[in-house]
Amino acid sequence: MSTGQAVAAVEFSSTTQQRFAREVAKYPADQAQSAVMACLSIIQQEMGFVSTGAEASLAAYLGMEPIAVHEVTTFYNMYNQQPVGKFKLNVCTNLPCQLRDGQSALHHLEHKLGITMGGTTADGLFTLQQSECLGACADSPVMLVNDRHMCSFMSNDKLDQLIDGLRASEGQS
Amino acid sequence: MNAEQILSQFRANGVQTCFHGRHINPQIYADLNGGNWSLKDYVARGGYQALRKVLGKDGAEPAGDPPVVGMTQDQVIATLKESALRGRGGAGFPTGLKWSFMPRQFPGQKYLVCNSDEGEPGTCKDRDILMYNPHIVIEGMAIAAFAMGISVGYNYIHGEIFEAYDRFEAALEEARAAGLLGDNILDSGFSFQLHAFHGFGAYICGEETALLESLEGKKGQPRFKPPFPASFGLYGKPTTINNTETFAAVPWIIRNGGAAYLACGKPNNGGTKIFSVSGDVEMPGNYEVPMGTPFSKLLELAGGVRKGRTLKAVIPGGSSAPVLPASIMMDCTMDYDSIAKAGSMLGSGAVIVMDDSRCMVESLKRLSYFYMHESCGQCTPCREGTGWLWRMVSRIDEGEGRPADMALLDNVAENIMGRTICALGDAAAMPVRAMIKHFRHEFEAKIASANAPAA
Repeated sequence: MSTGQAVAAVEFSSTTQQRFAREVAKYPADQAQSAVMACLSIIQQEMGFVSTGAEASLAAYLGMEPIAVHEVTTFYNMYNQQPVGKFKLNVCTNLPCQLRDGQSALHHLEHKLGITMGGTTADGLFTLQQSECLGACADSPVMLVNDRHMCSFMSNDKLDQLIDGLRASEGQS
Repeated sequence: MNAEQILSQFRANGVQTCFHGRHINPQIYADLNGGNWSLKDYVARGGYQALRKVLGKDGAEPAGDPPVVGMTQDQVIATLKESALRGRGGAGFPTGLKWSFMPRQFPGQKYLVCNSDEGEPGTCKDRDILMYNPHIVIEGMAIAAFAMGISVGYNYIHGEIFEAYDRFEAALEEARAAGLLGDNILDSGFSFQLHAFHGFGAYICGEETALLESLEGKKGQPRFKPPFPASFGLYGKPTTINNTETFAAVPWIIRNGGAAYLACGKPNNGGTKIFSVSGDVEMPGNYEVPMGTPFSKLLELAGGVRKGRTLKAVIPGGSSAPVLPASIMMDCTMDYDSIAKAGSMLGSGAVIVMDDSRCMVESLKRLSYFYMHESCGQCTPCREGTGWLWRMVSRIDEGEGRPADMALLDNVAENIMGRTICALGDAAAMPVRAMIKHFRHEFEAKIASANAPAA
């Protein structure tokens, strides 16, 4: 936003626009801005992250200022402002999870993937992040994969199965 | 297998947290098995009978003088008041009283909002309601909307539980198709449009005015109160906000009466409550029990302290609630009044159990990091104070504490409390003060060893 460079607009496909329209329809006609969070998560699901260009195009679609969209992207923890690995892993380490091996699950993944938290594997498959409360405290160790898939009771064995399975699904076992 | 199939293998199925058969007289979680969330199953359990009763569509003869079909708005609110249902999100405010604050005769648009932004560390009860019994929330909201003359509602769902958002959307579709939501519900003349909204990772949006800002498509920064949402809420219109579990309690109350609900709990603390038990227990999970159940009984339901260890401390109402030592906790019953009398809060009903192996300095360090991370940055005492608290607790934990830190910790916490727009500042300060009050020796021991003269 502060680079001063021209922002390349992003063209949304008709399928994406249909998903946007379904969200916008939930709100009064003069309150399309209420759909911004849902639309940004749709963009992230389809493009992997929210680019400045996508923010500008969404702003035009919803009739908002681009900076108002950018405020939302930067305020909420789950929006990716930069590209991430194909699988973004968020491990909860808040106190209830810390008491049930959440922290050691994160360390296990760091060791297995050969990266530290916040990093992405060289093959671009995995990004590993620490997260705050996912609201699944009794399932600990618990992690969220790509914002929409909660994985529960993740012992080290299950973490290994998950990582190996996802690698295999990408033909990289 | 593709990635979706692999991920689905690790999806929770509710067996450990909800379908364990260790509830006591459950109302919200009764008879659930994970496969019976849909409309036809809910109706088979007596679902939507309360809405039919309210709307006069249950086949009952007109009653009263003058004869009335169904219930009046005043009757619904009076029933809620009699039930002593108190808000299940954390504040424990009487629900019937809150509903009576809504200016029903206001001629413009009014809104009803469900707060399912369940992010208070330790709390995971609303997720199981939305996943396994979503129609009970829809029915409760429709009854609330009728009672307050509201025609549009939103359910704000924690973004991290996206599967619950998808499930709720599916349940909404079923209810609309069956004429239980939308225009002219059950041909009664009453209309109510209900939609689902998801957050995307901001603890602060559980605060009701931050939630409204977020629902308007903005940063979730709390509003100054007053004005309260009942007069200036969503889009500046009168708005009533209740927690998921609060709405889920409503159908039972309407079917069975306010007095029967009150009798399930104890005076001033009506009904059942779902407690999310986490931490050092054998069987963490959600347990729905009558209000006033002894803590010792709840601990027993969760399998007791794990690995044969002994109980050290409990945070009884979510991470913002003051910690209580085992000796005090074992004498408490699980209701608003008992826990308040013991010096803490029932809050959202999230019971975080800690055994005798736990270091309280390390535990507080993790909580303090959380509040620093989630402060919205709007108020200086919170924005600066939460980071200051975390840095002090961190250095004490890491063996670099200073002799003056104990007094300074207390002083910083005291100066955050009551000086911020919303309760996040208090929520960050209360755990600090309670830890110092009950476990001061652990902090002092770490500081003393850090400052011991070299041998």
